[in-house]
Amino acid sequence: MAAYTLTPARPSFWNNPEIRAIAFQIVALAATVAFGYYLFENTQTNLRRLGIASGFDFLSSSSGFGILQSLIPYSETSSYGRVFWVALLNTLLVSALGIVLATLLGFVIGIARLSKNWLIAKLALTYIETFRNIPLLLQIFFWYFAVLRAMPSPRQSLSVGEAVFLNIRGLYLPAPQLQPGFGWVLAALGLALVLVAILVRWAHRRQLGTGRQFPAISVSLALLLGLPLLAFWLTGSPLVWQVPELHGFNFQGGLAIIPEMASLLLALSIYTAAFIAEIVRAGIQAVSHGQTEASFSLGLNPSLTLRLIILPQALRVIIPPLTSQYLNLIKNSSLAAAIGYPDLVAAFAGTVLNQTGQAIECIAITMAVYLTISLLISLLMNGYNRRVALVER
Amino acid sequence: MAEAHPSRSEPPPASTIGAFGWLRRNLFSSPFNIALTVLALYLLYLAVPPLLRWALLDATWSGDSREACRANGGACWVFIRVNFEQFIYGFYPEAQRWRVNTALLLLILGAAPLFARAVPVKFKARLGLGLLVIYPLIAFVLFKGGLFGLRVVDTSRWGGLLLTLVIAGVGMTAALPLGVLLALGRRSRMPAIQTLCVTFIELWRGVPLITVLFMSSVMLPLFLPAGMNFDKLLRALIGVTLFQSAYMAEVVRGGLQAIPKGQFEAAAALGLGYWKTMALIVLPQALKLVIPGIVNTFIALFKDTSLVLIIGLFDLMNIVHNATTNPAWLGFSTEGYVFAATVYWLFCFGMSRYSQNLEKRLHTGHKR
Repeated sequence: MAAYTLTPARPSFWNNPEIRAIAFQIVALAATVAFGYYLFENTQTNLRRLGIASGFDFLSSSSGFGILQSLIPYSETSSYGRVFWVALLNTLLVSALGIVLATLLGFVIGIARLSKNWLIAKLALTYIETFRNIPLLLQIFFWYFAVLRAMPSPRQSLSVGEAVFLNIRGLYLPAPQLQPGFGWVLAALGLALVLVAILVRWAHRRQLGTGRQFPAISVSLALLLGLPLLAFWLTGSPLVWQVPELHGFNFQGGLAIIPEMASLLLALSIYTAAFIAEIVRAGIQAVSHGQTEASFSLGLNPSLTLRLIILPQALRVIIPPLTSQYLNLIKNSSLAAAIGYPDLVAAFAGTVLNQTGQAIECIAITMAVYLTISLLISLLMNGYNRRVALVER
Repeated sequence: MAEAHPSRSEPPPASTIGAFGWLRRNLFSSPFNIALTVLALYLLYLAVPPLLRWALLDATWSGDSREACRANGGACWVFIRVNFEQFIYGFYPEAQRWRVNTALLLLILGAAPLFARAVPVKFKARLGLGLLVIYPLIAFVLFKGGLFGLRVVDTSRWGGLLLTLVIAGVGMTAALPLGVLLALGRRSRMPAIQTLCVTFIELWRGVPLITVLFMSSVMLPLFLPAGMNFDKLLRALIGVTLFQSAYMAEVVRGGLQAIPKGQFEAAAALGLGYWKTMALIVLPQALKLVIPGIVNTFIALFKDTSLVLIIGLFDLMNIVHNATTNPAWLGFSTEGYVFAATVYWLFCFGMSRYSQNLEKRLHTGHKR
């Protein structure tokens, strides 16, 4: 009897998947490197031909233009590097405010979408379907050109209680002026925070040890509000509201919000809120009704059920897409360039680039900033996600 | 022996059935609910009557100059009517507009069988593929001209809704296959390919589209050999396509990850190679799973076409904005933006509705 040896047939050299994989990767890498080199060579030639010196020296030369809004001292003699920081802070300011507003509005509308009240649910649905299907740029233009640019002149300003004024130059709010002694109020707030931290820890330990609960939330709130208010009263109200006043052709004093910022903020929060609302709705619906029933059968009351059972599970579903909406909002804030709000793209990748001609450097810095923000937030969120993710076998 | 006679069952209380019952259940079930209903009604009262008065009752529909709108306080739709052709065709020469119409008609005629249920699937697949390959060529020749005695119309004269649809159409048809390839690359076991794809995807997803468009307009001339110049529209198309293909890749990757390993193993056991496994077994299932994501990306792409305004193309958004700054028609920006918003809304809402419909139809598993 002949013995058959069962060795798998060896594939020929070119049909071997491993060798093919290596060859394929070498070709892909070589093509990428060659393409990159081609671009680099072209750029070098073009820069030499146009007489543009590359490098980041331009950042220290004087800019010579004014900026509508800056959070740090800035004048026309400041350097281009200073423009970068002003622009970056403006981007971060409008993004941070937008994220807060969009989250508040989005959660309210997302919950309203699930309301048992038919009318409220339908209103929320209409809001969502209207605003998420219209381009953001169009919404920004609408608020800027059709609404805020159509406001009356400062003399005929719309006003709320002679304290808040709205006109073509922007929105004017009363500004808080801190008087000496306000430091005590802040100190009281700090003390309250420390006390609350100790209290919460103690209450938790007592509940674990004895099973008895302590109304930690209401006591903490009382501490947080009470101590600063007490300090405020004791030091004789060291806070004055400076109301904007009409002097000549414009308002002086108070807190002025330029129309560019107001319309960008409005459009960003309204647009993003529509997406957040859908995320919130999906997250809440993802927690099965059995969880609620199980919680009730264990004897938890509705508010505890919401806090301990539904919210932690819903947040696990909500947080990842919510983060990507925040990232979208930050990236979308760059549409400011279209209405001239001095953000990173408008002031730095726009004005500075046009003045200096350093296209590669300006665009590279701008892109690097957005990329850094994106990657940072992604890293944070991935960490959070790992912590709350379902632990399975 | 007494017989048990069940008494006839009473009808349900009048307050729980019919319109009255519905109202009680949905609007007035508790004091809180009543308060909400009152609040909602008040909001509607604040918003709807003025809106209706502005948009319909007090609006001006006829006339051909802004003077016609003086008398009424409402919207001036005359502004839209006068500029309508421009909003649709941009600066496309009037005598040549039949070419755009013909292309649209061809598209509708060609695509109609795809949506009919009676047409066999096999024919649909061939027709779809044919449309995908041949139609862009026909449309390009019709729009641009230069062949068959058609006058050349430079791309800088394309505009309005036509341009928006061109960018969106090209972007969608190019971003989906590119996205699929990138997603496959990201899931590949070859480290070099994987790194390249991950870098590409994360790079594009990390920056705003506006910087990409900026880059394509100021940096592309530096990247290319002197004298070689790209059409502005082509630059925008490349920017939009690459940008959205990165998003598309992430959507498709989600679908690929959801396919169980058994499917790959079964395909390997049948002796299928990599591309056949993907094309015949994995992708059909994966793409079906992520239809909502794909359509969301399409909708995002459609809305993002408005950003080409930044590099000076006159798409629907820009041409409307341009018309509102026309000295002869100052002060009608609201009407203009409302018109543009309605057009965008119709397209986006239509797409999302169609995807929901498609999802239901392709759901071949057991329905719960």
